[in-house]
Amino acid sequence: MRTSLGERLTEWAVTGFLWGFRILIVLIIVVGTYFTARGGKYTGSQWIDFVVFGIARGSIYALIALGYTMVYGILRMINFAHGDIFMTGAFGGYFVITAMARSGFLDRNPVVGILLSILFAMLIASSIALLVERIAYRPLRGAPRLVPLISAIGASFFLEYAFRGFFGPGVYAYPAIRVLEGQWSILGHAVLKMQVVVAVSAFVMMAILYAIVMRTKIGKAMRAVSEDKAVAALMGIDVNRIIVTTFGIGAAMAGAAGVLYALAYRQVNFFVGFTPGIKAFTAAVLGGIGNVPGAMVGGLVLGVFESLGPSLFLDGLGITRPYQLQDAIAFIMLVMVLLFRPSGILGERITTKKA
Amino acid sequence: MSILTARKVTKRFGGLVAVSSFDFDIPEHSIVSIIGPNGAGKTTFFNCITGFGKIDEGEIAFNGTRIHRLRPDQITHLGISRTYQNIRLFADMSALENILVGQHIFLHSSWMSAVLRTPGTRKEERTALDEARRLLSFVELGGKGDLLARNLPYGAQRRLEIARALATRPTLLLLDEPTAGMNPRETGDLTGFIHRLRDELGITILLIEHHMRVVMDISERITVLDYGEKIAEGTPAEIQSNPRVIEAYLGRGAGTERTATTRVQAAT
Amino acid sequence: MLKGKDSFVGMAIRIGLLGGAIALFLCLVGMVEIFGKRFLIEKVVTLGHALLLLSGLGVGFVAARRTLNLSTERRPLASTLAGIIAGTLTGAVLAALVLIGDRLDLRAVFLTASPGLYSMLTMGRGVGGAWILIGIGALTGLAGAAFVLLPDRLRQPIQQGLLISSLISLFTGLIGVIMTNQGGAVAKAENFLFGSTGLSLNGAIIVFSVVAAWSLLWSYLAGPVKLGVDRLPKAGKLTLRVLLLLLLVYVLYRLPFVSGPFVSLVLVTISLYILMGLGLNITLGFAGLLDLGFVAFYAIGAYTVGLLTSYGQYGLQHISFWAAVPIAVLVAMFAGAFLGLPVLGIRGDYLAIATLGFGEIVRILAGSDFLAKYFGGPQGVIGIQKPCLGFLEPFLKVDVPRVCDGTLLGTPVEIYFVAIVSAIVAAFVATRLRDSRLGRAWMAIREDEDVAEALGINLIQTKLLAYILGAAFAGLGGAIFATLVGSIFASSMQLIVSINVVSLIIVGGMGSIPGVIVGAIALIGLPELLREVSEYRFLFYGAALITMMLSKPGGLWPSTITLRELHLEAAVPETETAPANKKPKA
Repeated sequence: MRTSLGERLTEWAVTGFLWGFRILIVLIIVVGTYFTARGGKYTGSQWIDFVVFGIARGSIYALIALGYTMVYGILRMINFAHGDIFMTGAFGGYFVITAMARSGFLDRNPVVGILLSILFAMLIASSIALLVERIAYRPLRGAPRLVPLISAIGASFFLEYAFRGFFGPGVYAYPAIRVLEGQWSILGHAVLKMQVVVAVSAFVMMAILYAIVMRTKIGKAMRAVSEDKAVAALMGIDVNRIIVTTFGIGAAMAGAAGVLYALAYRQVNFFVGFTPGIKAFTAAVLGGIGNVPGAMVGGLVLGVFESLGPSLFLDGLGITRPYQLQDAIAFIMLVMVLLFRPSGILGERITTKKA
Repeated sequence: MSILTARKVTKRFGGLVAVSSFDFDIPEHSIVSIIGPNGAGKTTFFNCITGFGKIDEGEIAFNGTRIHRLRPDQITHLGISRTYQNIRLFADMSALENILVGQHIFLHSSWMSAVLRTPGTRKEERTALDEARRLLSFVELGGKGDLLARNLPYGAQRRLEIARALATRPTLLLLDEPTAGMNPRETGDLTGFIHRLRDELGITILLIEHHMRVVMDISERITVLDYGEKIAEGTPAEIQSNPRVIEAYLGRGAGTERTATTRVQAAT
Repeated sequence: MLKGKDSFVGMAIRIGLLGGAIALFLCLVGMVEIFGKRFLIEKVVTLGHALLLLSGLGVGFVAARRTLNLSTERRPLASTLAGIIAGTLTGAVLAALVLIGDRLDLRAVFLTASPGLYSMLTMGRGVGGAWILIGIGALTGLAGAAFVLLPDRLRQPIQQGLLISSLISLFTGLIGVIMTNQGGAVAKAENFLFGSTGLSLNGAIIVFSVVAAWSLLWSYLAGPVKLGVDRLPKAGKLTLRVLLLLLLVYVLYRLPFVSGPFVSLVLVTISLYILMGLGLNITLGFAGLLDLGFVAFYAIGAYTVGLLTSYGQYGLQHISFWAAVPIAVLVAMFAGAFLGLPVLGIRGDYLAIATLGFGEIVRILAGSDFLAKYFGGPQGVIGIQKPCLGFLEPFLKVDVPRVCDGTLLGTPVEIYFVAIVSAIVAAFVATRLRDSRLGRAWMAIREDEDVAEALGINLIQTKLLAYILGAAFAGLGGAIFATLVGSIFASSMQLIVSINVVSLIIVGGMGSIPGVIVGAIALIGLPELLREVSEYRFLFYGAALITMMLSKPGGLWPSTITLRELHLEAAVPETETAPANKKPKA
């Protein structure tokens, strides 16, 4: 067997690197947590705060992730513009909710008001997503992988800067909703009302989506198309319509997430979709891309980890201003998943198809 | 002398057993075929030999060396090469370039000497180009070297794929359905060509084929796979009259005389 | 709505409404107003109005053409009518905007729906002017239709004339500066032909006529000229090529001097992106590995040079630029191996995301307070010295800023030469690599990785080399960038840079070295040079990416074309075998 020295070295280097990476991460987590626990810098109540914050954040990621995962399942493409669809929903909801706030309607019927904004946001987001699909994705369906990806990147830029053109580069603030300010006491612990509302709304929507995908005829058709487009077509399913529906539903979820995000963080601008978009994609991969419950799980895991992480282990290691590295945690999780378990938490083992 | 021996080779995909405890020998300098209905595991076995996907049980040895744990490029170094069921040429490269890629293992200049265009590199490239042209003529594609592989007609593409496989100077060549999509004249040409490969170049040939006439004409020995198992092996004449083989292809009850007689009896 | 294969009316209506939507979009996104501040033809037509006119022309053209395609007979009347209908509708949509805007203050939603816009649309005539819009729409629709019906011989010159005149007007700034710098008669000509932001009326007429006439002439001459060139002996062709090359070198040399420091800066940026593009062209274009973290290598090259030469608090040593560069390239190559190793087994989209993740991790770490004492944190590394063409000992570590006793290459023009020479060397190396055994191995991997492996190619080594060599180019680019700007911060290694490089490769043509150059000029150079465009730069960028993928996914200068051209040169006679199919027909 003539494996040259160079070949053997590189093979050792690869295995060594992968193992070293795993060990490094585990060490960081374990050692950091140990020191943090010893240092006692945060109280139990603060830890719970972190977790709740993470759940709220994570549920928003989860809602956005649903769109990524469904589109990937059906078209095997990463919809780079999906984060910006989230942004359009946030904007759409903004106009409705400020109109209602100004007329006083919002104060009188906050629940109905919020619901209306969410519905309008979903409408706007879906319409724009369908437009993008029609113009930038549909003509490229058979093309090699890279082509729709670049088109998606183009669509992302286009949406961002079109909205910048429409609405300017400034920040738009959602109105304060009195009903949602303050805290509730849950199990003896004070929790921000806003976070609870965001999380619960997100869960409700995810539950509805799950029911649609699993129980209805359309849901079954969607699952069929994502398994095997050709066979689904032979079974009489209108593949085009299903693809459009998938885009629409995914976009609606993202649009709703936009309103929830804006309610929680109060600020919307044309670029607000960029980072949550990437994080939501990470969540989708984390949970198992193509897998709807996976997106939900991935979102929550990412949110909690991201929220807990800096204080839990980075702080213990003596890193100053650990919150700067918060995004890095998300990316490291992404890289770890792709390196070691690309099928994700809930995904099946990916068999590499050869020859 | 067997050039390739496979013992109890088993390959599973999840719950499906694609190849089951398969024993196989290829005598050196022979032309042998594997046939069987679709999905019988023939291409999977090819993949096992060439290193795509590890086998789950058993072992494969080539000229005495155990190859079932090697990487595909290592196996090619040892002298095994193949073509593919659906032609897998490098579509956007020219015919010559396709063949030149095949010569990769015989070219030794490093990338640095390539950048500097040292005399050694230039000589090596010239020799490689000459050899590639020779191979092109050998498969009767002479003069078409600069055409893009995707622009060649179907039959030419098949021949180019063989030329590319030959560029690795194999002693064992695996051909996966080489006559698929060919008209009778092209098929005849190919059969003659395969004979030349063995007679002139001494290459041992293992064939997967569905085209029965070709198989019967050309093979010295035929092995039949069904559902991953070997159900028959022998000369063309033996295989043609083997009831299990007929049953595998045409379905239960179609092959045996006895069953036909039973039907007649039942009807009366 | 009339729908039916033979009904052109329905089709025209749809096109008109679509055009109206596009025109509406252009208005609401603010482009019309901002472009309206600049003249296409001095004091006659603003760029903003030109956009609107173009919409009308466009819908007229498309509607007329589609009508022609609907049936086999030429129907000039129907086509014209289709054009008019489409144009009218487009105008009507805009008129509706004006009318609605008069009643409802749309600015609550769309910032740009201002009285200024309306006044622009109606030429200052207020609501009554809405009819003007419809009228203009009809007229431009008619013109567009007429354009379709013109015979080719006439249409081409007019088309070229319009296109080139518009381009020249857009580039008034650049061309104006170059011409004024020449002084004398040329400067006087510039005064006559150009206004402050665009061509003057006289200038426009003259340029249009000249271009149209030339185009008409060329349509008769093109055939014979091409034939003549083809018939040249090999020596003749070679001389032609050499002459063109010399011309190119001369232009490259003179360009920064004639066009001023701003343009030189743009040229440096283009050169650096060409350098990076050539690097990523190896990783992505040749080997097909989608590396979205590419900017990390660029940053590593920049930081290495920074840390090795800076006089600020983070400088480690103070060696000269020329010594730091090879080190930077080596460090970048190591980084390439380091980043490539773990991702060797990942394919396709996942590889894109994984590398994106790596790139972002590097950026976040570099800018963090955690590693600030090595990398300067968010403030970065400053005080990087400029290169010096002298005879100082390169590795001399001095504690005071060295005084350059040769030529200090400090200005953008001088750095431009460093950059362009590096880019040329890089192009040379890339070409040699492409035509080598390694280049073929890369392309085989890109086409079909499994088959490549089956032909004896060691995937690990070959892929690693793709990462390493690609990173080397990027590191060189980063090194030059560091010395150009004099400082580096983590914010210069944003994801957008990687996306820029990927886009310019794909738009130029994947795997094609001329394509990288074309892509860089198109995607990096143009936005910098056209100031109005730069306001909407990313909007055009996004639209350009989508349009390129829809119409020319192979790129502006696809690699297979160059393949053909090169092989025509390597004219070693083929050993022709007798045509094989001379078998008697059965």
